[in-house]
Amino acid sequence: MLNSETIAVAMSGGVDSSAVAAMLRAEGRNVIGLTMQLWNQRRLAGHEGMPESVQGRCCSIDDVYDARRVAETLGIPYYVVNHEERFERDVVRPFVEEYLAGRTPIPCSLCNNHLKFDQLLVVAQQIGADKIATGHYAQVAFDEQSSRWLLKRPADKSKDQTYFLFGLTQEQLSRTLFPLGGMTKPEVRELARKHRLVIAEKPDSQEICFVPGGDYKRFLEAYLSEQGDGATSIPTEKKAGEMVTTDGKVIGEHAGVHNFTVGQRKGLGVATGSPLYVIQINNDTRQVVVGKDEELYSRTLRARRVNLISTAELREPMGVTVKIRHKHQPAPALIESAGPDEIRVTFDEAQRAITPGQAAVFYDGDIVVGGGWIEAGRN
Amino acid sequence: MQRRVYLDNNATTPVLPEVMEAMRPYFGEHFGNASSIHHHGQETRAAVERARESVAALLGCRASEVVFTSGGTESDNLAIFGLAEYGLGPGDHVITSTIEHHAVLNACKHLGAQGCEVTYIPADGRGLVDPADVKHAIRANTKLISVMFVNNETGVVQPVAAIGKIAAEAEVYFHTDAVQAAGKIPVDVNKIGCALLTISGHKLHGPQGVGALYVRKGTQLEPMLYGGSHERSRRAGTENVPGIVGLGKAAELALAGFERGDDLKIAAARDHLERELLEIDATGLNGERAPRAPNTTNVYFDGIEGEALVIALDLKGMAVSTGAACSSGAIEPSHVLTAMGLSRERAKSSIRFSLGKQNTAEDVDFALGLIPETVARLRALSPVWPKSAVSR
Repeated sequence: MLNSETIAVAMSGGVDSSAVAAMLRAEGRNVIGLTMQLWNQRRLAGHEGMPESVQGRCCSIDDVYDARRVAETLGIPYYVVNHEERFERDVVRPFVEEYLAGRTPIPCSLCNNHLKFDQLLVVAQQIGADKIATGHYAQVAFDEQSSRWLLKRPADKSKDQTYFLFGLTQEQLSRTLFPLGGMTKPEVRELARKHRLVIAEKPDSQEICFVPGGDYKRFLEAYLSEQGDGATSIPTEKKAGEMVTTDGKVIGEHAGVHNFTVGQRKGLGVATGSPLYVIQINNDTRQVVVGKDEELYSRTLRARRVNLISTAELREPMGVTVKIRHKHQPAPALIESAGPDEIRVTFDEAQRAITPGQAAVFYDGDIVVGGGWIEAGRN
Repeated sequence: MQRRVYLDNNATTPVLPEVMEAMRPYFGEHFGNASSIHHHGQETRAAVERARESVAALLGCRASEVVFTSGGTESDNLAIFGLAEYGLGPGDHVITSTIEHHAVLNACKHLGAQGCEVTYIPADGRGLVDPADVKHAIRANTKLISVMFVNNETGVVQPVAAIGKIAAEAEVYFHTDAVQAAGKIPVDVNKIGCALLTISGHKLHGPQGVGALYVRKGTQLEPMLYGGSHERSRRAGTENVPGIVGLGKAAELALAGFERGDDLKIAAARDHLERELLEIDATGLNGERAPRAPNTTNVYFDGIEGEALVIALDLKGMAVSTGAACSSGAIEPSHVLTAMGLSRERAKSSIRFSLGKQNTAEDVDFALGLIPETVARLRALSPVWPKSAVSR
């Protein structure tokens, strides 16, 4: 029977994943709800810069209660699985280390690659589920011609989350369902209401889930203070250094490269006549290079640790559109192989603030060709 | 309907039918407040005192030494903080072990935060606390020793009588959390030599929400709740009469069970389960070579996540447990097993099976029909388990 396969739904307690569980259940599938316990919000409470009581969204008890209530309403089995250790190792530490190295990381992609579509998929298979389903706005389809699983942009382009999913392997895609791929957000809410789910009116979450209030600097301070000296490979010195202009003139000092992101204008701590922006962060010399807005533009970037989806390899240069941050309008560019797992991107027109640590995701229309991590924006 | 087999009796036990019957009238026609002077009050007062006698008989103490509470956690807290009110303060010293239940562990942690010195005695690889370690830890300012009777996760029986003797010689109060002992092995407060002993109703086929604290005559205990003079001014609040009656009945049945040899029957079923489980490749017993309560076995299955095994088995109708659930319901590696020296990996691969009076030989067979194949499947899907070691 087609519908007899068992699906594990990754439930966050939000509207989207709850709607997924409701849809699959209504289709008559065997559905198991799973929530990943990833981070203990109370852990950093009281550490440097953190209040005694921290209200973050990630794995908050309220969200788990919501997910549990939804599962109960739908009459599906539901479990919370603990992946705190893996989350810290594969998401939180890289997040901290990237900032300390002067880059601007995207923890959500790491979480997708290492937790949701890796650990959770393993748990799902172990407990007898053939596939997992999530509330991401994206589409997955098998292409007969190329014999490859394709990742595609969703019907609701305003909710497109494919940028965070570029790391999915063929194996992962073959075992994944994105049931919301053809729906709009209002339709999803309506579905949740129809099923009388308690979370139907719950607001969307936007921020990085483990960083309360979106204040990543405060999070870094608290995490480093908790870890203490020598407890990790993370250097605890603050990486203070010089602030220099693009022509090499020292115009001030800064407290650490982790306080800056390419394109940043506010909080530079130097006053000059014309507006200054962070153009580049040089981790080796600890220099933060600042300059004029027009100096932020670049036509090329190099992406490392590339994952290709629609094609197994890139033999010839390919014309695509490229997104360099989540809220970026995909820009026409040529991609070509630049070594193992490495791709050079040349845009038709220079792009503003290409930021190391972010992802470059390549699209062929609505199809995700692949993506990689931006290593350098100016070369 | 799916068959369900419950082998998690150290978490809670089903209320026995006789217990249910004994409680029933106290939800209905016998509704009086046990403190009232009229007929209705007298009726429930008599029931509470009969229950107190039954609990006293189970523990080998006097009825007047039994204080009813809301459960094991409250009893542990009353023992530790009730005494704290009386004598414990900054500068005083308390001895406990690393394998205690959180009700004791976190209470002692709180004492520590308030300025008491707390020594946590480690357990050895068998899960045993060495009385000699307790003796060595005693100082001039030691006021309280709290070491559990039977560990909830391994079933290992601690040498409480030896510790009681040490405490008596040093003239230090001795409290033991006997929540997992009562009803499973004989409990005699005089043989243990404790001043305070905790039991809980729902661990011995009584109802949830009721427990008792044995308080040796002459032990000064300040109440934690301020209110009326209930329970000889040691625990204010209108008595939970149906619960207390249920606990009394459960205590009575537990005592009768020892005479009938219920514990031997459970031990036989547990031993059969354990033997067969240990036939599976790369498994082992936690708490090996230590005396154990007859109903518990804690087994590690290398290469699996206990969490996944618990969920996989639950989906097939079999209830067991691993570690301790945190507030979200996620599983933390057991502090007891890591305290015994198990690696985090092995602690996370460990499963507790705990039997109750309702379990049958068929229940054990059901478990044995399910577990080997489930463990094999989990190992086959494990990214770290060597494929050559998988038998199917």
